[in-house]
Amino acid sequence: MTSARRAPGRVAVHLLLWGYAVVALLPLVVMLFNSLRPTSEIFTAPLGLPTSPTLDSYLRVWTDASFSTYFLNSLIVTCGAVLLGTVVSALAAYPLARYDFFGNRVLGAYFLAGLMLPIRLGLVPIFYLMDSMGLIDSLLGLTLLYAASGVPFCIFVLSAFYRSLPGELDEAARLDGAGEFRIFGQIMLPLVRPALASVMLFQFVPLWHEFLYPLVLLRSDEKFTIPRGLSQFFGEYTTDWSALFAGLVLATAPLFVLFVLATKQIIAGLTAGMSK
Amino acid sequence: MPRWRVLAVFLLPALLLYSVFMIYPLVSALDYSFFKWRGIRQMGFAGLDNYRDLLSIYPYDQQLWRAFAHNALFFVGTMVIQNTVGLLFALLLFQYGRGRRFLQAAFTTPYLVDPLVVGYLWSLLLNPTFGPVNALLEAVGLDSWALPWLGDTRTALPIVILVNAWQWVGFPMLLFSAALAGIPAEYHEAARVDGASAWQAFRRVTLPLLTPAIGVVSVLTFIGNFNAFGLVYAMAGSTGSPAGSTDVLGLLFYRVAFVEGGVEAIGRSSALAVLMFVFIFGVSLLATSYFRRRERRLV
Repeated sequence: MTSARRAPGRVAVHLLLWGYAVVALLPLVVMLFNSLRPTSEIFTAPLGLPTSPTLDSYLRVWTDASFSTYFLNSLIVTCGAVLLGTVVSALAAYPLARYDFFGNRVLGAYFLAGLMLPIRLGLVPIFYLMDSMGLIDSLLGLTLLYAASGVPFCIFVLSAFYRSLPGELDEAARLDGAGEFRIFGQIMLPLVRPALASVMLFQFVPLWHEFLYPLVLLRSDEKFTIPRGLSQFFGEYTTDWSALFAGLVLATAPLFVLFVLATKQIIAGLTAGMSK
Repeated sequence: MPRWRVLAVFLLPALLLYSVFMIYPLVSALDYSFFKWRGIRQMGFAGLDNYRDLLSIYPYDQQLWRAFAHNALFFVGTMVIQNTVGLLFALLLFQYGRGRRFLQAAFTTPYLVDPLVVGYLWSLLLNPTFGPVNALLEAVGLDSWALPWLGDTRTALPIVILVNAWQWVGFPMLLFSAALAGIPAEYHEAARVDGASAWQAFRRVTLPLLTPAIGVVSVLTFIGNFNAFGLVYAMAGSTGSPAGSTDVLGLLFYRVAFVEGGVEAIGRSSALAVLMFVFIFGVSLLATSYFRRRERRLV
């Protein structure tokens, strides 16, 4: 097909695709470049190159605008929630997938129902629930909520993985006299490790970005996560554009780093599941 | 150790966490919507009063339909722009030689950025005085196009839609690329042997075989658009400025619940949450079963 296409058509295709690549990337490049230029320079030439790049704006954002605090809070809440959600799900998915007990199916369906329910529907009750437990403006409250929101997805994926492991494994171990927790911890859990990694990564991204819950549940600056802090910061630093761009870069950078580091792990996790 | 204790150790932590922080609030939202509220005090069963109030009391009667219409436009606009462009790029890239992977990565990059960040970034880029977009337009002689895009009630919503499409276009492109790769080459050859033009082959062979991918993209876009919050909040604030021209259901729900709901906030916002859920869930189910039926007709 390609070889039959006339030359002008091919040129048009190249132009269109590479032209759109510029449209897709240029805004992000402008964001990065302008974060390295002083505000006065941005105002006189919005599209200029960083001829004498400076990290001043990053310093201002990191310390004066307390991005270091937001960053740490986001890290605590997101990592804490991902770990907690994955651990409780890895435990619960195991008997659901491999034990035969009364109520197994009903319980499985109860957990899976969460996949179809939008957690935002419960925003108002969650606010009053947290209020009654003294968890408003608390990182712990946000962590518990985030962890709970990941449970249906984790159980869904992990029970499929547990189910795919051969039944002889635990039978042999049981004959050798191993207890249930040893079978789980030393045989089953290591075998689903690739799935654990991808499940954790898939929870991480939406939680790192979550904005509505921190907006409603967090009150004080020292508790803000990055998205909540960013919205505060955009109200306060309206004229310091250099800092605004730097704040956007700082909010974006961690996920880019994570993706570059984790792409291999994701692919390994997904293919490990398929080959079994 | 008795068997039930083993089960309890495995199951209780997840059961507790999930029931307290997910199921209980979701069930409560439904429960709250049927009661009359004064602040945080329940004043007795209200039946469907909260729902009726949302549809008949000023300002909700106007704001609810306006926000709903904006969401519908948001969805239709995103579908048309993002999916046409995504399909076009997937087709063009399908047999593209060198640079294909780079282009795919470039188109998908904005999708990694937080929607809130995307919203704030574009509000800076589109700033009428210091924004690079208008500077660029003026530099190429299009001075008359250098408008206050986000400050005008006529252009604000279309711009929000375009920015949203800019962020998500890589998603349909990747799905369509995967679906195209799964179509056997013989189908295209057979069509050519039968004397079909390129357009006919696309219309009669490729497009019908993309039905499953189109179904997935449509349903996920629908759910995403009707739940939109961060992007619009960043570009237009919690009121959907200017003058509510970008107000969507997500913002309205937030305002009714926490900003301007008054003493009836809990009942009314819960009713709104339930309405949104029923609508989004119902339409998603209908659409999914519709696309399933079309798929079955293919085989």
